[in-house]
This record gives sequence, C-alpha cells and structure tokens, in this order.
Amino acid sequence: MSILVTEKTRVICQGITGKSGLFHSQQCREYGTPLLGGVTPGKGGTEVDGFPVFNTVEEAVEKTGANTSLIFVPPPFCGEAIMEAADAGIELIIAITEGVPVFDMVRVMEYLKDKNSRLIGPNCPGVITPGIAKIGIMPGYIHTPGSVGLISKSGTLTYEAAWQLGNVGLGQTTAVGIGGDPIIGTTFIDLLELFENDPATESIMLIGEIGGTAEIEAAEYIKDHVTKPVAGFIAGKTAPPGKRMGHAGAIISGGSGTADEKIAALEAAGVIVAESPADMGAAVKRAIEAAA
Amino acid sequence: MKIHEYQAKQLFREAGIPVPEGIIAKTVDEAVAAFEKLDRPLVVVKSQIHAGGRGKGRFKEHPDQPGVVLARSAEEVRDNAARMLGSTLVTIQTGAEGKQVNTLFIEQGLDIAQELYLGCVVDREVGGPVLILSTEGGMEIEVVAHESPEKILSEPFSIHTGLLGFQARKLAFKLGMEGKTVRHAEKFLCQLSRFFIDNDCSMAEINPLVITGDGELVALDAKISFDDNAMFRHKPFDELRDLSEEDPAEVDAGNADLSYVKLDGNIGCLVNGAGLAMSTMDLIKHHGGEPANFLDVGGGANVDQVSEAFRIILADDHVKAVLVNIFGGIMKCDTIVTALLEAYEKVGFTVPLVVRLEGTNVEIARKMLAESGRDIISATDLTDAAQKVVATLSS
Repeated sequence: MSILVTEKTRVICQGITGKSGLFHSQQCREYGTPLLGGVTPGKGGTEVDGFPVFNTVEEAVEKTGANTSLIFVPPPFCGEAIMEAADAGIELIIAITEGVPVFDMVRVMEYLKDKNSRLIGPNCPGVITPGIAKIGIMPGYIHTPGSVGLISKSGTLTYEAAWQLGNVGLGQTTAVGIGGDPIIGTTFIDLLELFENDPATESIMLIGEIGGTAEIEAAEYIKDHVTKPVAGFIAGKTAPPGKRMGHAGAIISGGSGTADEKIAALEAAGVIVAESPADMGAAVKRAIEAAA
Repeated sequence: MKIHEYQAKQLFREAGIPVPEGIIAKTVDEAVAAFEKLDRPLVVVKSQIHAGGRGKGRFKEHPDQPGVVLARSAEEVRDNAARMLGSTLVTIQTGAEGKQVNTLFIEQGLDIAQELYLGCVVDREVGGPVLILSTEGGMEIEVVAHESPEKILSEPFSIHTGLLGFQARKLAFKLGMEGKTVRHAEKFLCQLSRFFIDNDCSMAEINPLVITGDGELVALDAKISFDDNAMFRHKPFDELRDLSEEDPAEVDAGNADLSYVKLDGNIGCLVNGAGLAMSTMDLIKHHGGEPANFLDVGGGANVDQVSEAFRIILADDHVKAVLVNIFGGIMKCDTIVTALLEAYEKVGFTVPLVVRLEGTNVEIARKMLAESGRDIISATDLTDAAQKVVATLSS
C-alpha cells in the first residue's frame, strides 16, 4: 500500500514539449511510471520521443485514460493549466512549476473547491511511491520501497532525507514534496491524515522550514490524531529575519515563523526532531525505537 | 519587490486613494523649493529608504536628527534637509550599518484627529487576501498582535470583488466611526483592497492611516511590496525599483535567476534547492563554522548561471572556503561540475573547495571531477562535507 500513487495511476504531462517537461517525462517512463502522453496546446497530433501530444487535457484523458497530471507549464500559465486538469477530471494534479503568482494560486484554490481533484504543489518535486511510480523530478534510485511516509516542503532536502533513510535501511511507502510557496494545494495535515490511515506506513518523517505556521498546525494535528511515530526536521535555524530564503514562503516576518518555535511545537507534540540535516535518517530510527 | 513611500503614494493617488500633497527632493535647494511650492504652515520632511521605523530612527552623522521631522519654515526645512541628505539613517529595521538617505519627501502637515493602522496581506491560512484594521496607528502591528490582539480586526476578501461595502462598514462601525467618516472609510478600505489585488501586492500597509479633523481619511504613510512572481504582468513597475536599496551581489544574483542572501560568516555555500541551502547553512553552524551566504542555484540552472554563482561567492572578501552541496534532481550533477571546472579556469579558486555531490548523473560528475586534476576536496555526505570545510579554516 501507499498513498496518492497506486497501480491504477495513469499519468500525462502538461508541458511535455518543453525541455524540463520532456526530460522528466522520459525519466519517469524509465522508472516504470505509466506516463502515457502529454499536452501542449497547438502541438496536438504530434509525438515527442514516443509520447503522443494532445491539444487539451480533456482530449488526453479521453485517449489515454489518464487520472494524474504532472505539470511543467511556465509560471504565467501554470494556474490555468491546473484548472484545466481539474476541469478534465484529473484526480491528482502535481505542479512542479516554480514562480506561480500568489493570486493565481488563490484563484486556483477557489476553483478546486468544488472539483474532485487533489493538487500537490506548486513549486514541488512531486510524488514517488518507490517501485510503483515516480511522478516528479526526484532521482528515482535514492528512494527504496519501505515503511516511512515522507512529507517535505523542500525538493532537494527530500532527496537528502530519502538517501539518508536508505543508508539506515529504511525505505518509503510514498514520498511527497508539498512545495515551498505560501499557498499550496495539499498541506502537511492532509498528508499526515493519509499516512496515518495507510496500513503500510509505519512511521512518518516531516520536513519543514522557516516561514508561516504550517508546521505548528501540523504539530497540533500530530498531538491529537497521529498514533504512528513521527520524526521531523526544520530548515533555516541560521536564516536571518526578513529575508526570503529562496522559497517564496520561506521568510521570518515580524518575529514569527522561526525554526526554533516550530521545533519547540513539534517536540511538544512528541516528534523526534533531527539535530542537524545530517541526522534526519537517524531521527526516524530513533522515533521508531522510542515507540517500540 | 519593495518601493519607496513617495512611489507608493503616487500609485495610491492614481488609484483615487487619498494621500497628502507632497514633493520629492534630492537636494537641499529642492527641499526648500518644495516647501515654498506646497505653501503650507507646516510640512513633514521624510527620509525615503525602504526600511521602516524612520521616525524613531537617527542618523549616524547627526545622532539627534530623526529620520522624519516637522518643519514650519524654509530655514527649518533647509537645516534638516542638509543634515539628512547623504547621511546614514539607522532604524530598527536597517541593522547597525544603516541606510544612506538620497531622497526626501516633503509633505503637507495634516490636522490629525485619530491615527489608525490599515494593512492588506495574503493570509496563508485563509488562502487569500485579508484586510487588517486597528485603532493602534503608528505602532508596529506585530507588537500590537502580540500585546493586545483584541485591538486588531481582520476581514478576508474575495480577489474577484475586493472588500465589499458592507464588510468595510462593519469594520468602521466596530472601530466606533460615525457619520460621514463611515462613508469615507468604506470608500478608502474598498479602494485599497482593489489596489492590492489589481497590482499583485504581497503587502500594502498604511501606518498610520489618519482621520482628519474634517472626518476624512488620508494615508499618512504607505508601504507596498509586490509579488516578484507576478511582475511579468506589471512591466511599468520595473522603473520603481531602487537598486541602491539592495545588496549589489543580491542584484547580480537576481539578474542571473539565482537566489542569494549575504550573511556574516566566511564559508561560501553553493547549493541547489532552497531547503537544502538553508540546511547547509544550519549544518556549517552546527559544526562550528559560519556561513557567508545562502545561495540556491535553483532547479534548472545552466552552466552560465552556476559560473555566475561561483563568481558572486568568490567576489566576497570574507569567503575563506567554499562548500558545494548538490543533490541533483532537475539539476544534473555534471552541469555543476562542468561549471565548477569552467569557473576554476575563468575565476580561479584561491580558497579551499569542498564538493559533495549526490543524485542525477552523479557518476558522470564524480568521474569528471576525478579526471580534472584540480585540487578539490570530495566529501561523501553532509557531515563529512561540513567537517572538511570547517577543518580547512583551522589548518
């Protein structure tokens, strides 16, 4: 078992004729993901490296039976691409694109309210259920099948965590990058709930960063609803206040959103927090041992 | 992107939001001329820097001179402007080094009956814009939120309609406004919410918002920042950017689509991904070192961008060692190594370089590094990398 990605997953890529879209579609296919084609308006009827290209998501769904879309569309058009996917009945929309305007995301979230779609991202590495399917930009080989549910705001830090987990003999049921933007489709809490209810997931690793309060809300949720062992890490202990650290959402403003307050909240909820980014894999081990 | 108060007020004026009459001055003579032109008994002389806290701020060169002063005569304007222009203003937000004041804004004085706080932000929890109003004008809103949260009213609004009339009236009545002031407030609040949406702001703050003796509302201060990701649809705003307010290295990095923040330490970092870049700083500190910068080369950087990243790091005199930490996803490890070797030739490395690579195309990249014959210290994991780079400084 796993979350979000299963044997029934069938994927298309929006923006497949772009450089990143094509490279990662090829990588996903190589991994074994059923990536069945893509969408680029105006290039319908053509093919790129064996992938059929369609003009609209609706058409791609009709022809391929896709239920999942991986989006690489440039930032000005990404919001609309997400809405098009939702309109076509795509159940899982994974938006990799970085740099989507905040108000575009406000419109997207409004649009998704009465749709049957889950959005992951934007500005995220995607989702992988090791051994089943990789829908995103993460290097496949660092993820091994296993029992840890991995949730992270950061792309490369997710890879780092997966790699460290591999080094201590732990794999993942599913690893999900939720993205570092202020407004995102799927939150820590949404995924904590899914992992808590997934029988194959035995422990959870949550990786957050400075800015906003999502980690503090996650800590409260963990305290009340999560029975499985949870380890955590918060990036940005040394980040200066008032400066945006790469991610649009990673900024300490008005003295709130600091790493220290998030670490304190997680620890108060019983989460084993890694002391340094090199300690993430070991922290999951300690969390599992402490629960045993 | 942040802009100056006088620029924000110009945009407000164009949007029909009431602001005091004011004129900018870049020289003492211009300041005096502005006073004559305004022809008022009282003016306010305001330093134009991006940081807040200007009124309580003082100048390094003139410790008794505040960043914002009242003046009643041409002589007072002249004397104050002479002390302010070209001097360094230190406020609670500038840090100890302060900011040089190159522009003054000379504004008519107002008959102030009451000072309020008004702001718009995008609330992450609400998932949309929120208008914030408080009776505590002139105070920092974070302090009010901490000490007396009951004095803050907030009202989410739709990005399609802006704040609706009844929402604005609800806030006005809650704040105890009466008569025509309520009508003025309704118009003012609705206009600000529209302005916020139409211009892709990430923050718009009027602190204080003044109610005059005549019951009118006027923006006494104005602070705006825009969503950088949305600036492609607001090209005219490019002209509002004041590069002298930004760190030159951060500007160079921005031009190359790199994310760079200068810090106080001596270990330069080049990392892909914001989360890993922040963690690399944390890790260096954890092992007793001090990071010189945050630098995220991003997901899809090419050789030119990575070369520019090395150039920026090495241009910082404080940098005594460099740590490259790459976990390739979109970014392929061989791209980094190609750039690294190019930078080695072009820029030249005079400081020790520790490289840790993992991820997409790592085998090709490691082979390239090994065959280059360059003096590069390889690290196998994060701890190894941090220990090695910190060790180069002590030896």
